Amino acid sequence: MKARVTVSLKPGVLDPQGRAIHHALEGLGFGQVADVRVGKVIELDVADGTTESQVAEMARKLLANTVIENFKVDLG
Amino acid sequence: MKTAVVVFPGSNCDRDLMVALELVTGRAPIALWHDDKELPEELDLIALPGGFSHGDYLRSGAIAARAPIMREVIAAAGRGTPVLGICNGFQVLTEAGLLPGALMRNAGLDFVCRDVKLEVVNTQTPFTSAYRPGEPVTIPVAHHDGNFQADSDTLDRLEQQGQVAFRYAEEVNGSARNIAGILNHRRNVLGMMPHPERVVEPAHGGTDGRRMFESLFSAFA
Repeated sequence: MKARVTVSLKPGVLDPQGRAIHHALEGLGFGQVADVRVGKVIELDVADGTTESQVAEMARKLLANTVIENFKVDLG
Repeated sequence: MKTAVVVFPGSNCDRDLMVALELVTGRAPIALWHDDKELPEELDLIALPGGFSHGDYLRSGAIAARAPIMREVIAAAGRGTPVLGICNGFQVLTEAGLLPGALMRNAGLDFVCRDVKLEVVNTQTPFTSAYRPGEPVTIPVAHHDGNFQADSDTLDRLEQQGQVAFRYAEEVNGSARNIAGILNHRRNVLGMMPHPERVVEPAHGGTDGRRMFESLFSAFA
């Protein structure tokens, strides 16, 4: 069974990587981009029956730094 | 004075830190391994060195902060034992929750490796008592993730409660309010991005880092 944890920077947290990507996209002529934020996706292969709250606990304890990051859990 | 340096897989400033501590205290520090389950008794200082623990995987310091030895370091900090984290050690301390905020990618995206000018903001601590308040000092940095960020309430609190130990006197990495090093509320935990252990004798090109270790030594000698 798969679990997917999507980690993203909280709104308002400066994202210099996103800004650099934004500049590069503009340089390629993609002028329609208003903002870029970089996050990460962590895919876990977990035992059947693992609950969303168990994966959320993993995210709170390690996978995300909740000082600066939000996370979202998707199972299945 | 009995000191210990915690070594994580990927630490690379542990030896320099041990040399600096022995130079000033006259006693070689005890090297602890990340996987150790207990601390030696009656430590006067636990120091977390710079480097790239666990390859900086996930986030800088994230894996190291969950190492078995860190449970003991957190407990010791709670008992009042001084804990010093330099560079990656600072990142580990924030990830472990011993210090607030987070250290993010440098605002300019570059790895910054050079001498920087700092202001010693708070000298009423066991780490900084040998400096003069507001004194300008020069200490090198070498990091990619030194951009200190916290919410504005936390930043206000750090400033109002004297928890800012060092400030950059020049733009270095985009850190909020130019913060280079912070203390916990009790002032027994200090995290800082600059490397005082790299400037402890004239052959290093400077000695401004030496007084940090002398401050600690005078507090416990």
